[in-house]
Amino acid sequence: MDLVTPGFGLVFWATLTFSILLFILGKFAWKPILAALSEREKKISDSLELADRTKREMEAVAASNENLLQETRLEREKMMKEARTMKDEIIGSAKKKAEEDARQIVAQAKEAIDKEKALAMKQLKDTATLLSIDIAEKILRCKLGYGKEQEALISEYIDNLNLN
Amino acid sequence: MQSLESPAHKEFTFLKPLRFLLVSFIFTTFFGVSAFANHPETAAGEHATENHEAKKEKFKPGETILEHVKDAHDWHICDINGHPVSISLPVILYSSEKGLECFMSSKFEHGHASYNGYSLDKNNKIVAEDKELSFYDISITKNVAAMLIAVIILCLIAFRISRAYKRGQLVPKGIQSFMEPLIIFLRDEVAKPSIGDKKYMRYMPFLLTLFFFIFFNNLFGLIPWFPGGANVTGNIAVTMVLALFVFFISSFSAKKAYWIHIINTPGVPWWLKFPVPLMPIVEIIGFFSKPLVLMIRLFANIMAGHIIILGFFCLIFIFGEMSAAVGYGVSIFSVFMALFMGCLELLVAFLQAYVFTLLAALYFGQAIEEHHHEEAPHH
Repeated sequence: MDLVTPGFGLVFWATLTFSILLFILGKFAWKPILAALSEREKKISDSLELADRTKREMEAVAASNENLLQETRLEREKMMKEARTMKDEIIGSAKKKAEEDARQIVAQAKEAIDKEKALAMKQLKDTATLLSIDIAEKILRCKLGYGKEQEALISEYIDNLNLN
Repeated sequence: MQSLESPAHKEFTFLKPLRFLLVSFIFTTFFGVSAFANHPETAAGEHATENHEAKKEKFKPGETILEHVKDAHDWHICDINGHPVSISLPVILYSSEKGLECFMSSKFEHGHASYNGYSLDKNNKIVAEDKELSFYDISITKNVAAMLIAVIILCLIAFRISRAYKRGQLVPKGIQSFMEPLIIFLRDEVAKPSIGDKKYMRYMPFLLTLFFFIFFNNLFGLIPWFPGGANVTGNIAVTMVLALFVFFISSFSAKKAYWIHIINTPGVPWWLKFPVPLMPIVEIIGFFSKPLVLMIRLFANIMAGHIIILGFFCLIFIFGEMSAAVGYGVSIFSVFMALFMGCLELLVAFLQAYVFTLLAALYFGQAIEEHHHEEAPHH
């Protein structure tokens, strides 16, 4: 019977001790510990979420990079093609122009030659005329009659004539 | 990282036994060790002869066991040549006639002497020689002292880990990693499901204190002698106080629905309530039996554990009385069985603390439940 009769002293001390323990631990130990634990859990779940989000973002970035690369490649090809056609065009037009120019130059040259030729012919004609007159004059001066002497004279004149 | 932290760790492992010794030292000096030195020569001589006579008597296992599981005014460690070696504890008595009286229990000389008109009776209880005198015995008994030691150590550990968390050390280390799973277990497996996600936080400090108080006292009870060996949680006074805490907290935080449930249980045919109030009677019995069951379960479990282990040790002496050789032979079996029981008691120490806390949480949950449905009555 003694065993199951609560003793007054022990009830008193147990109540006192437990009350004080409840107060002290509740205020200075469990509160901060529980707060720290829930804070840590929040931190972990936040970090996981962040990691997940980052991963998804990275995937999106990679996909867009791929797209960009593809686009760039296409762009480059297009540019190359344009450049090539442009080059062809430029070369073609340059060639054409050069031909044109050449033709023009040749034509001009021809024209100039013709002109010069005509001029020269005219001069030649004039000179020949003057010469003929000169010769005729000389012949006339040397009296007509000396066949051989005249021939020599004429050839002398012709030799002296400087056909410029 | 590791090298950086190792000095602090070394300091901690070095400090731990130091702190323990310090606590023990304070207690022993405070309570005072009573060995032979405390006794006058004549008393010691008297003692010896008495004990000698006692030795001739037959070994009484029942008495021995009860003596060990009951509270005492001194902390008995062992007997040397028939002299009890024990730590003397303060006796505090209060009576309206004589006021407050404090003296060490060594004054009683283990029940052989009376002091200030008080003496120890056969049950190790203080009785006044003046039969008329009514007094309150609020002595620091063995159980009180053991409880205080357990509480101080619990406080040291709890403050240590709370400091660690406050410092921002969120990854547990050392004793922190022992306590943390228990705290999280109590929060997630006991408080949250029993009380509900919204209100469990209000009861967490109480539930944690309750659990660790019981758990630590259970564990200290398993240490054979000082600072353990006392049967704190196997004492009905302690379990009664704990059960009353649970009872009052659940009653004071109870919502209207809880009282209605007791007086006019919903979902029960009217004829169970009206002419003869059968349901209310059952409910009211349940209301009071809940804390009673808490009290008795813990008391009986821990008490039984202590008694079984002591029983195995008593076997040695029972057989030893027949012949020394049989005693030695039985001791092998007894030590083995006591070891086995000790392991079982470690489990029980946790289990009973858990069960007590779980039931407390369930009672709180029932008390604060806002509305009862059909699934509510489940006792």
